[in-house]
Amino acid sequence: MRERLAISRPVEGACGETGTWRVFKPVVDREKCNSCGMCAMYCPDGVIDSEYEIDLIFCKGCGICANECPKKAIAMVREGEES
Amino acid sequence: MKNIRVLTLMPTVPDTEYIHKCTSACAGCSSDLILRHVLKAAGPDTVLVVPACCTSVLQGVYPNTSFGIPVYNVAFASAAAVASGMAAAFEELGKNTNVIAYAGDGGTVDIGIQALSGALERGTNFLYICYDNEAYGNTGMQRSGSTPLGARTTTTPGGKPHQKKDLDRIIAAHHLPYMATSCSAYPQDIVRKVEKALSIKGPKFLHILAPCPPGWRYDTAKTIEVGKLAVRSGMWAMYEREYDTLTLSGQTKAAMMKPAPLEEYLKIQGRFSGLKPDTIAEIRQSMERNLRLLKKEAEGTC
Ligand SMILES: Cc1ncc(C[n+]2csc(CCOP(=O)(O)OP(=O)(O)O)c2C)c(N)n1
Ligand code: SF4
Ligand code: SF4
Ligand code: SF4
Ligand SMILES: [Mg+2]
Repeated sequence: MRERLAISRPVEGACGETGTWRVFKPVVDREKCNSCGMCAMYCPDGVIDSEYEIDLIFCKGCGICANECPKKAIAMVREGEES
Repeated sequence: MKNIRVLTLMPTVPDTEYIHKCTSACAGCSSDLILRHVLKAAGPDTVLVVPACCTSVLQGVYPNTSFGIPVYNVAFASAAAVASGMAAAFEELGKNTNVIAYAGDGGTVDIGIQALSGALERGTNFLYICYDNEAYGNTGMQRSGSTPLGARTTTTPGGKPHQKKDLDRIIAAHHLPYMATSCSAYPQDIVRKVEKALSIKGPKFLHILAPCPPGWRYDTAKTIEVGKLAVRSGMWAMYEREYDTLTLSGQTKAAMMKPAPLEEYLKIQGRFSGLKPDTIAEIRQSMERNLRLLKKEAEGTC
């Protein structure tokens, strides 16, 4: 059937990747992390998974996770610099 | 993707994400965060109606979208009218699909208010959510009826000379089965209120404060901090109203007993820079009046 409405389809990456423009990236210190889940709950784009791995293809580098982590286990590191 | 720990923070919500990585919202956008949790609470049998606002844009560019549930993008003034038609169609088909209108403050307190009032009055079975970033964000932060007194926007560079429109008391005048306020800094509260709203038939309304880093002029990392300060200072009150019975949320009860300094909330945001002492006094006065009225209403003494 011919579509008469302009219908968009859901895909990952519909808005491009953020890794190309992000200025700071979050780096998790595994020693300090107690797996409380705050960072994953507060990440606006849900790019933090259950292992607290951050998907840097889509992370926007907002720093909310680092700011809200009760253990201060996340550091925001300038792109291109060593963590 | 399994988010086991988030599951324990939010026991009732499945781990499924309905927004694909990632939207085109600004870094640190709290509306993005709100919608993520709203959809997790509502589940897959949901359609969204979105009028012109940031949310229309942050889905992505045709023919792709980051939203994993059906979205109907509609004209600025029409969200509640379109949702009414959808709700009627679903009812006719015997379907229980959730109809959720997700609209900005401009699309709610200004241009969409007559459609919303009509839908509430007709008893439309839907949930209307206004995410309130207190200005017309999508077009560059012009002042809206929801912009607070003293806030600088691109059309009020010296600070807004008028008070924020009291949307919630306008909504309350429709005596609807359920309305509530919340804030993006409390995702668990949002989830609970969305679940409760969707369990009730008829018109439901949620007003959620949505701090906006570029519009409110604060660092993107501070989105949750700013939202919490809004509630802790008393500038934003969280409660539920079922018909005419008001229940204050715990966070606001705590703020009424031991408020954070209002200045702390104002100081953290560039949009309130250079406020004159008498404007701060006026802001404090209307905040205290609001809290007084809510407290009386919750105690059943007004
Ligand atoms: C009738 C009409 N007038 C103006 C616009 C331009 N416009 C698109 S979005 C928008 C701002 C919406 O503000 P709000 O509802 O607060 O949502 P936000 O962008 O802040 O998320 C405006 C003015 C429009 N699309 N239609
Ligand atoms: S918020 Fe911090 S401590 Fe908690 S899971 Fe995330 S990184 Fe770990
Ligand atoms: S920096 Fe922002 S987008 Fe990136 S993981 Fe942290 S909260 Fe999510
Ligand atoms: S302008 Fe504000 S509300 Fe709009 S996408 Fe950006 S942060 Fe979100
Ligand atoms: Mg707005």
